[in-house]
Amino acid sequence: MSGTFTKAMARNIFYGGAVFFFLLLVALSFDTMSGLPKSDNRANLTESVLRGKHIWETRNCIGCHTLLGEGAYFAPELGNVYPRRGAEFIKAWIKSQPTGTPGRRQMPNFNLTEQELDDIVAFLKYTSEINTQKWPPNIEG
Amino acid sequence: MKYSSQSVAMPYFIAAIGLFVGQIIFGLAMGLQYVVGDFLFPEIPFNVARMVHTNLLIVWLLFGFMGATYFLVPEEAETELYSPKLALLMFWVFLIAGAATILGYLLVPYSTLAEMTGNNILATMGREFLEQPLITKIGIVIVALAFLFNITMTMLKGRKTVISIVLLMGLWGLAIFFLFSFYNPGNLVKDKFYWWWVVHLWVEGVWELIMAAILAFVLIKVTGVDREVIEKWLYVIITLALVTGLIGTGHHYFWIGTPEYWQWLGSIFSALEPIPFFAMTVFAFNMVNRRRREHPNKAAVLWALGTGVMAFLGAGVWGFLHTLAPVNYYTHGSQITAAHGHMAFYGAYVLVVLTIISYAMPLLRGRAANSERSQVCEMWAFWLMTISMVFITLFLTAAGILQVWLQRVSDTPMPFMAVQDQIALFYWMRLWAGVVFAAGLVTYLASFFVKGDSKPLIHA
Repeated sequence: MSGTFTKAMARNIFYGGAVFFFLLLVALSFDTMSGLPKSDNRANLTESVLRGKHIWETRNCIGCHTLLGEGAYFAPELGNVYPRRGAEFIKAWIKSQPTGTPGRRQMPNFNLTEQELDDIVAFLKYTSEINTQKWPPNIEG
Repeated sequence: MKYSSQSVAMPYFIAAIGLFVGQIIFGLAMGLQYVVGDFLFPEIPFNVARMVHTNLLIVWLLFGFMGATYFLVPEEAETELYSPKLALLMFWVFLIAGAATILGYLLVPYSTLAEMTGNNILATMGREFLEQPLITKIGIVIVALAFLFNITMTMLKGRKTVISIVLLMGLWGLAIFFLFSFYNPGNLVKDKFYWWWVVHLWVEGVWELIMAAILAFVLIKVTGVDREVIEKWLYVIITLALVTGLIGTGHHYFWIGTPEYWQWLGSIFSALEPIPFFAMTVFAFNMVNRRRREHPNKAAVLWALGTGVMAFLGAGVWGFLHTLAPVNYYTHGSQITAAHGHMAFYGAYVLVVLTIISYAMPLLRGRAANSERSQVCEMWAFWLMTISMVFITLFLTAAGILQVWLQRVSDTPMPFMAVQDQIALFYWMRLWAGVVFAAGLVTYLASFFVKGDSKPLIHA
């Protein structure tokens, strides 16, 4: 870089650019927040869903599964597991873990009560109804 | 070492390397679980191993950043550290809190750990990378504040260089954006939106400031190039990083319930994110080519050049590979993501920490550079780890392409687990590459114990 472009210029561009783009991010975030009610399925954010989210978190489900594509890549995507499998299958599946099949990936049994199972299903149903711009591409997640 | 208080960096570096070893052990265990699913089950299920693997990575990088700061800031500020005692106290607090957290993951069921540690008062756990119990998170904030206080006070009483100012901005940003980890709304979309304010604004934002500052410091030392030149580069690089990376956050807002315009914003800005990493590579090579001295620590120069190249490949190229919304629609949350994550973290942050350790450790041990034999050993470690990481990334990329094809592109999509069986070969290959990486790490550890005639420290 030649002498015409000085360190002071570089510094000013840095501070100006950083502040401008951070404020732009903040502004876009405000805009996103105001648009969310149309896409985030908050109408169905029931007490049961909130309890389900708490169970989802305290069993560290994200440590193996993805949810809307985020998480670990060891086990299936669960953002659309509700339409893929349905409530009864999900509950039966969670209850029957681990399969114990030699060499297969194993999911722990979390000893959830019927109420807790209903809550986790409610959370997964709510999640599947979020407008994700048609992601994932198909039902397999 | 010019100031005696710089020596507090030593325990930080040693802890960083120790936790790095732990991270790799758990990485290997998970690599095996990918193909032998019931390995270590039920003692250490995959989710626990992964939490340990990723949390150890974050913690050891933070140890590395703090060690780097304690080494670098007194020298830049030309004054002793404000309080070496506070630095050592915080070292033990952070190490004990970190170790207790990892033991908690391993020994207590996660839901019990959550109950024991106040998660019912403020639920913050169970989100990727932010799995730490509430008390650990509060501990991190306290350690960070004490650390920032110590560093800020040191800088206030000394010379304020561009490098230390940029570093300090990065560290303050790190602490401030971590506060979003305490915000966990029930609304999943909002939860995910602000979760990225920690994760993305760390690794594709403020951490880049830290990284660029550390790299600039080492380059000044090993090349003797004029500070004015290096500082100008530093400003240009971090400008590019923030201009692209801040709105680049949008590449995480494609499919999580956020408005469609993020697909445009995220694609365009994140497509530019390789530019700062490319600039870093050019910067490193340029400075080394224009060097005014032959520094006896050749290993440190290798790590520095490696940081530039591997950060560009891992964060830049592999990031770009799947960052455009129409591509990401298929690759989101697949092994492609895992491939990128591995090489980006290794190339950018692992290597920059190992660069400063390579430069600083001999000085902390009272010599200008390690012996020839020790450096050769260290350079072997660099190549073993770097090349095996390239292969880990390539195998995961191959696995990811097949996965995306079979599960998402094909007219007859297969279920997740059926696809996993199809691509097992690549997971085996990845595991073997991981074994080579571990061998490289052992070589790295050995380099600290190789004897020989080291270069004496000449005080100017």
